[in-house]
Amino acid sequence: MKLQPNAAGRLVPTEINGNKQTPFKGVNKFRPSGSKAKPPVRTCIDFPRDGNKVVKNLKEALKKAGIKNGMTISTHHHLRNGDAVTNLLFDTIKAMGIKNIRWFPSASFPVHEHLIKYLDDGTIHHIEGSMNGPLGKYTSEGKMKGIGVLRSHGGRYAAVQDGEVHIDIAVIAAPASDPFGNANGVSGKSASGLIGFALADSEYADKVIVVTDNLVPFPCIPWQIQGNNVDYVVQVDSLGDASKIVSGTTEVTKSPDRLLIAEYVAQFIEDAGIMRDGFSFQAGAGGTNLAFVLFLKERMKAKGVKARFVRGGSTKYLVQMLEEGLTDYILDGQTFDLEGVRSMRENPGHVNTSPFTSYNFHGKGNFASIVDTAVLGATEVDLNYNANVVTHSDGYLLHGIGGWQNCLYSKCTILAIPAFRDRIPVIVDDVTTLCGPGELIDVIITERGVCINPIRKDLIKALKKSTLPVRKIEDVKKEVDEICGGAPAKPRVNKNKVVAVIKWVDGTVLDSVFQVRKS
Amino acid sequence: MKASAGQRGDKVRSDCYIEIELKKTGRLELNIQSKVASMYGRTLKDDILKMCRFFNIRHALVTVEDNGALPFVVAARFEAAYRRINPSLDKEYLLPFNKKNQYGTGKEKLRRSRLYLPGNEPKFFVNAGLHAPDAVILDLEDSVAHSEKDAAQMMVRNALRAVDFYGAERMVRINQLPKGIEDLKYIIPHNVNVILIPKCESPEQIKEVETEVKRLKEVYKIKNEVYFMPILESALGIINAFSIASASENNCALAIGLEDYTADIGTPRTPEGRESFFARTMLINAAKATGIQAIDTVFSDVNDMEGLRQSVVEAKALGFEGKGCIHPRQIQVVHDAFAPTPDEIEKARKIVLAFEDAEKKGLGVVSLGSKMIDAPVVKRAHKIVKLALLNRLIEEDWRNEG
Repeated sequence: MKLQPNAAGRLVPTEINGNKQTPFKGVNKFRPSGSKAKPPVRTCIDFPRDGNKVVKNLKEALKKAGIKNGMTISTHHHLRNGDAVTNLLFDTIKAMGIKNIRWFPSASFPVHEHLIKYLDDGTIHHIEGSMNGPLGKYTSEGKMKGIGVLRSHGGRYAAVQDGEVHIDIAVIAAPASDPFGNANGVSGKSASGLIGFALADSEYADKVIVVTDNLVPFPCIPWQIQGNNVDYVVQVDSLGDASKIVSGTTEVTKSPDRLLIAEYVAQFIEDAGIMRDGFSFQAGAGGTNLAFVLFLKERMKAKGVKARFVRGGSTKYLVQMLEEGLTDYILDGQTFDLEGVRSMRENPGHVNTSPFTSYNFHGKGNFASIVDTAVLGATEVDLNYNANVVTHSDGYLLHGIGGWQNCLYSKCTILAIPAFRDRIPVIVDDVTTLCGPGELIDVIITERGVCINPIRKDLIKALKKSTLPVRKIEDVKKEVDEICGGAPAKPRVNKNKVVAVIKWVDGTVLDSVFQVRKS
Repeated sequence: MKASAGQRGDKVRSDCYIEIELKKTGRLELNIQSKVASMYGRTLKDDILKMCRFFNIRHALVTVEDNGALPFVVAARFEAAYRRINPSLDKEYLLPFNKKNQYGTGKEKLRRSRLYLPGNEPKFFVNAGLHAPDAVILDLEDSVAHSEKDAAQMMVRNALRAVDFYGAERMVRINQLPKGIEDLKYIIPHNVNVILIPKCESPEQIKEVETEVKRLKEVYKIKNEVYFMPILESALGIINAFSIASASENNCALAIGLEDYTADIGTPRTPEGRESFFARTMLINAAKATGIQAIDTVFSDVNDMEGLRQSVVEAKALGFEGKGCIHPRQIQVVHDAFAPTPDEIEKARKIVLAFEDAEKKGLGVVSLGSKMIDAPVVKRAHKIVKLALLNRLIEEDWRNEG
């Protein structure tokens, strides 16, 4: 395999799974041209006049959709770790004797460990999406036939739009659908809140199959997915384990160290002058990312400040802010708990978004860059503020990129992370895998201090009088290395075998993930 | 001959399990499993080999199951395992002393919060100081299982040397005497600031500790002062409070332990605490009569922050100056509740300014308006101003305000 260094100095393949690649050119340095991908012309006269597109089962739908060896089949991840549809899908494909599928999920979860046998037997050729948990381990050990491709949510949307990825069949699990294929995620026993990650799939795939366990009479309102884009509707007993689709309630971390980081984050947002009337921020459901919202809320109340919008990952805590009038809107990409689902169903201020609205590289502007601050996590950060979210320091793929890369475009991107976990340093000399260029990462907040990227002189100045422990990232790293007994050794990898690549939001190749050598 | 030390299993983190099986012949065999093998596998192996050489272990099978233990933890576990085979071992494996840990303390240092750290649970150690308690207590007593007392001694010793507590006063709670006396050789040479003496009932016990501390300080040429905080946890201890408080110049505080005390007097412990009112006020008066601090018991419901706050407000009203914490989240609540009120600050500010003015003019008497101010009041005012500064309730240039 031919590798060449890209603008970030990372070795990346020039060809992946037979497709020519553009190496990363630098942030905002690559401008694709040409036309967007176009789905074929359809006519309504080819579809049932009574609007009933329900077919017997998934096998029937796949057969009608013309499934063939080597096709690209997409799924979304709104059912998270409760997803039974994707596993059913590949059980069916296997039974039909189809091979070499390119699976194109918006993300994968540990529940998809079930698919490893289909990677083994050649039903699935490779994954383009995320390789979490067991799938990540499988990929890292070099067992997948093709090369995995990891994209951000925005990057995935862009890849569909510009034709880099052509979806042959999209299989969209929908918590509610009518026989015409209008579908949403807000109601039914498997309610996930929204299904925005399937939007591009519904618009650009050759064939679209909606799978639901809650078939309602036409019209299914709201139609987050429009039936006009849907070919077939399949009814199943259950989309999966509802308790793992959304949690009954999201709990804030009890870890005193995480809470300390979260307190620093909230104080930083105030001390830096970001917390002012009409501001906006991005929040998630991870331990620290959830907790800082609570501390920020107290500060907002104390100062009488109100946000214009909050970007979620919504949880009951964001819903409370919305209901208490502390924000005008929640612009929501995915709902994490039942309160989030309820609010999205009932509250017009709780808005369903897709990667197209949130952070589309081929859009006429970018919501993500309007957001005042985004608080994110990372598995590693280096002295140049470059960050990793997909591999751990042992070299194994463990997480997807999610919307992380896209959110880096916020006006102030904060990574809220421990400086080390057990004996695993998070601040390192050089990240194992580059997922986010340091020039987009403004602040690292750890339990051992707040590090501000030297390029953000404005923030450094704003924090001059703050009581926060502002420190140089080199100092924090030195301390961590002293505690851990020296800098960690690099993982042993096979530099001749790329198992996956990291795409930047513009479709260029940012970094490679290499096969891990077992020690 | 075989022995082990440490913790094993999926749930364990920041600790390791080490088993040493000594053999008569054969080579030294290492069987190391580590969660952080790719990062520190090499270092870990080198450290284990170094310790084998140090203890002259040549024919043995050493098994290590590591869940991210830091070097000071690995060393403590190894030594504990080996010492269990060879109890009369006369040497200690000591890692370098972290230079940041050489600070001393003062008798009158603020002791609003003290965070208890179970002595055999190293995962809580490294971040404890980040939560900025006035003191951390490495506990060898109640939080350590009887069978792990020896392992905890080595763990606490190593922690005192290696772990940066970021300026928090370094306390150790030893075991109830006489066992507690044996604990001292593991802590006195390693810059412990304050020793908590549990279940204290007589001045002789303090003297006993004092004598051994003095001896060890001479042997190890320790310069920093070591203070004592007797914990009174029984009716007899309370009745002897004053003689205990005055038993040593190095007593810096008396603390009360109410779980054992209420059991001793035969009543349940209630939220209102009427059953311990006498004990608390007795202890406070004994402490104040000797010019040392009175420190309240711990608040054990870590989820009830409002209850904690109220209990500190009450303790402060009685005359206590500190509270035990069993969770880092309690620290800030305790500090806030011990913080002076705006009224207290304003009065103290005026008194301190009047005192400084009198000093400048060379007057022997401090007066505010028509009132004379006595020395204890001035002292208290200084304390309040200091607390207000610490809690950021006034600016550094407070003299120019108001």
